[in-house]
Amino acid sequence: MAALLQVEGLKAYYGQTQALHDVSFALEPGGITTLLGANGAGKSTTLRAICGMVRTEGSIKFDGRPINGKATEDVVRLGVGHVPEGRGTFTNLSVEENLRVAAYTRSDKAATRRDLDRVFEYFPILKERVQQQAGTLSGGEQQMLAISRALMLGPRLMLLDEPSFGLAPLIVQEIFRIMRRINDEAKVSMLLVEQNAALALDLADHAYVLETGRVVMSGKSSVVKSDEAIRKSYLGY
Amino acid sequence: MEQLIQQVASGLANGAIYACLALALVMIFVSTDHINFAQGEMAMFSAYLCWQLLEWGVTVWIALPAVAMLSFLIGVSIERVILRPLHNAPLLSVVVVFIGLLTIFHSLAGAIWGHTIKEFASPFPKVTFAGSGYIGPHQIGMIVVTLLLLLALFAFFRFTPLGLAMRAAAQNPTSARLAGVRVDWMLALGWGLAAAIGAVAGSLVAPAVYLEPNMMASILLYGFAGALVGGISSPGGAVAGGFIVGVLENLIAYFGNLLEKASGFYLIGNGEKLSVALIIVITVLTLKPSGLFGHVTVKRV
Repeated sequence: MAALLQVEGLKAYYGQTQALHDVSFALEPGGITTLLGANGAGKSTTLRAICGMVRTEGSIKFDGRPINGKATEDVVRLGVGHVPEGRGTFTNLSVEENLRVAAYTRSDKAATRRDLDRVFEYFPILKERVQQQAGTLSGGEQQMLAISRALMLGPRLMLLDEPSFGLAPLIVQEIFRIMRRINDEAKVSMLLVEQNAALALDLADHAYVLETGRVVMSGKSSVVKSDEAIRKSYLGY
Repeated sequence: MEQLIQQVASGLANGAIYACLALALVMIFVSTDHINFAQGEMAMFSAYLCWQLLEWGVTVWIALPAVAMLSFLIGVSIERVILRPLHNAPLLSVVVVFIGLLTIFHSLAGAIWGHTIKEFASPFPKVTFAGSGYIGPHQIGMIVVTLLLLLALFAFFRFTPLGLAMRAAAQNPTSARLAGVRVDWMLALGWGLAAAIGAVAGSLVAPAVYLEPNMMASILLYGFAGALVGGISSPGGAVAGGFIVGVLENLIAYFGNLLEKASGFYLIGNGEKLSVALIIVITVLTLKPSGLFGHVTVKRV
């Protein structure tokens, strides 16, 4: 099967500082892949590079089409839903408006309506708070909203940047359970960046480990998880 | 008492123009965080365009929308061509560009149409009605048009997907991009809307103050005061602020006159109206920087 996302020799820069040196990986359609590594390894930068949010060199292909150098909004319009670090809530807009902005580029009203119903099925709490100002939601609810916003794009690939960050363990479990369902039912492929390696390896079927802007190892989640040497040296648990 | 009502009524009418201009300032401020100092001159230029169309025999109800649309395009072009390359430039560079625009529009109007005062006919019929001793038809027209404009903008931002996208882009550009919104175009759209609103303001005020290149200089200051009083981040607040400033300047002059009549002591009068606007600006900036209706942005650190 052709890769949904193919990244080769990716370099990324913040101003003069090079954050990614040589990152290559491929994503199978329908799967969940996780990027692991310590702080500053370049996990978030990789996601940002895919969405054209940092200056990059190298090759990024989405569905066979080169997308590096494209504007963020053009990458998004191809079907890449990015759940950003810090959730990116439109705090002054209502929950409903947050979701409607996300569906802004879609012309198929019936499909949008269907996706909205599905979002409310995944996260009933958002339906209860639909008129509430999004800034007043709890951290967990805002994370749910962020995932829902990405879903409202009707994406084929979701990039998730630390969805567990700062949340209580029970909420995290709930969110990861829904992510599994989204992957199963909506057939959305996922690229997940996580600090919590154990959690990510449970959800993902494939893992790449980054260190200082390079891929240092990769493999099936089950293999990575059971390899004590990798766990101790790279994942810290 | 009759005089007092008159003063309030004409204050509301002036306030309508300040409100329009304040609204135009807010349009650009919320999307780019900049105060467009050239807003007044752009409005003046649009008023000249409208005058030119009227001179050519176009009826005012075609000329006004046409000029608003043309100004919209001018506004969009200015953002796309002149300000786009400055998206990451320091604030001072942008300010210099605004001052440059101000000078350009000012000189351009003078060069094309001359510096002599021109008469600009009111688009509203001269009718007499009950209460027309207090307020003229043109003044009522100004107030009504301003309120309609506010209503239309409110509906646009509240109920249309494009309006929602503009609000999203203004509030969180990064997230808006991740929702597929073309943020750069939203900024240009904000400029276009501001220019169009300014065109309406300019064409409405021209019959009251006569058309000349300097006509907007003091009005922009009032508009600025109105926007600050109401809260520079809130369109509704800016309109309310414009009306407040309009009424306030008249009342202060009115009571100043009363005081002079009663005690012979001259404290304040019509001559100091502009100073009143400045005092309002400074007071608001000192005591309540976000304005009466603006929301305070709290940053978590």
